Amino acid sequence: MGSGPPTLWEWIARNWDTGRADSIRNLLLDHLVMSLTPVLFSLLAALPLGLACARWRRLYQPTSGLMNVIYALPSLPVFMLLISVTGLSQTTVIIPLTFYGMAVLIPAVVDGLASVPDHVRQAAVAMGFTPARRLLTVELPIAVPVVLSGLRVVAVSSISLVSVGALIGQGGLGGLFTRAYQNPFTPPVIVGIVLVVALALVADGVLVLAQRLLTPWVRARRPA
Amino acid sequence: MSWLTSFLGWLGEFFGDPANWSGPGGIPARLTEHLEFSALALALAVLVAVPVGLAIGHTGRGQLVVVVAANLARALPTLGVLVLFVLLLGTSSIWPVIIPLVLLAVPPILVNTYEGIRGVEPELRDAAYGMGLRGGQVLGQVLVPVALPLILLGLRLSAIQVVATTTVAAYTGLGGLGRYVIDGFATKDYSSVVGGSVLIVAFALVVQAAFTLVQRVTVSPGVSRRLKVRQPPARKENSR
Repeated sequence: MGSGPPTLWEWIARNWDTGRADSIRNLLLDHLVMSLTPVLFSLLAALPLGLACARWRRLYQPTSGLMNVIYALPSLPVFMLLISVTGLSQTTVIIPLTFYGMAVLIPAVVDGLASVPDHVRQAAVAMGFTPARRLLTVELPIAVPVVLSGLRVVAVSSISLVSVGALIGQGGLGGLFTRAYQNPFTPPVIVGIVLVVALALVADGVLVLAQRLLTPWVRARRPA
Repeated sequence: MSWLTSFLGWLGEFFGDPANWSGPGGIPARLTEHLEFSALALALAVLVAVPVGLAIGHTGRGQLVVVVAANLARALPTLGVLVLFVLLLGTSSIWPVIIPLVLLAVPPILVNTYEGIRGVEPELRDAAYGMGLRGGQVLGQVLVPVALPLILLGLRLSAIQVVATTTVAAYTGLGGLGRYVIDGFATKDYSSVVGGSVLIVAFALVVQAAFTLVQRVTVSPGVSRRLKVRQPPARKENSR
């Protein structure tokens, strides 16, 4: 080992798996948990709420107004205010991100259901589908592309937003940014940015793939 | 409900302290700083993003720039970008912090300006040309007014983003309301953390409301009735 500061690759090799909580590997795992849990929860919450808004139109205006307000709240002060309720835990980061996700997904579900052509809905009714069966087998599948494009936005922004949590000690890879700032040293920042962007790209790619698998008719319609 | 009482206690302590109302660390000074930094970053971002978005939308050239900017902006962690710029450029002036603020503010405006111009119905564009307007006139008199709701949406999203990022930038030494939160957290002064957080949230909501109001006032009524983005019933009326 030479003297002087380690190079980028030396630094990565030395810090990848040190067995401590702040090794790059553990931060990466924390980051995945903290960013993907909100994606899942916001989808689970947005589906029924979006359905309700599509069914009872009057609900949509106030709901989307509220979601607009929530979306405008900066994450850092929201984390800070939540600390007094949930403490310095991952939950403090997960809860606000879930709400940001819902702010994107509820309109996506409503728009997705609105994208079902009227004649398709009528055909399903004419074939004797019950409302529940029509929703599950006709309307929701047709809504998938719009909902999934919302989900892609949520996944990518949630992955990048988690790092702000580092300012309350719960930021996954964001911890690399605070570490780099405290003892001025660039390799951790570069590693952190690259890993966060890479995670976001992978998540985006997985969702694009999911859309292809879930909506085979979109490709089948095109002549080969 | 013990957290509620301590929460209210911290608020009272923060806003009741006369020392918090004067001097360079007082609320008026910090609020002004926050407003100045955010406005500066937003203004610079508008200067870059609106002309580029209009040009790309109008000519159809350079669309890849928009796609890349949109995706990268969402994926880039703001804290990381801020720290990187400060480590590379030092802290001798506020520019190492302002530059990343501007960079992160550009994409929402760029993307929405572009989408707005692209989304104008081709019939409308053709009619304008048919009436003898030139390229620049079509853009200025037809495309921009029709695209205005989306352009302003981009401005609002960008403003929200800038207010939030300015808060985070207090970590890398920028002034503004974020100072209360960051410094208070470091010194375990929770009245400062809670009071500062409430101030920032209120500030963000005022900014949001102001931009919504601007949108209501400036968009031509004919346009706002037809081009309600993200509102499916309007689309139905359209196709009738």
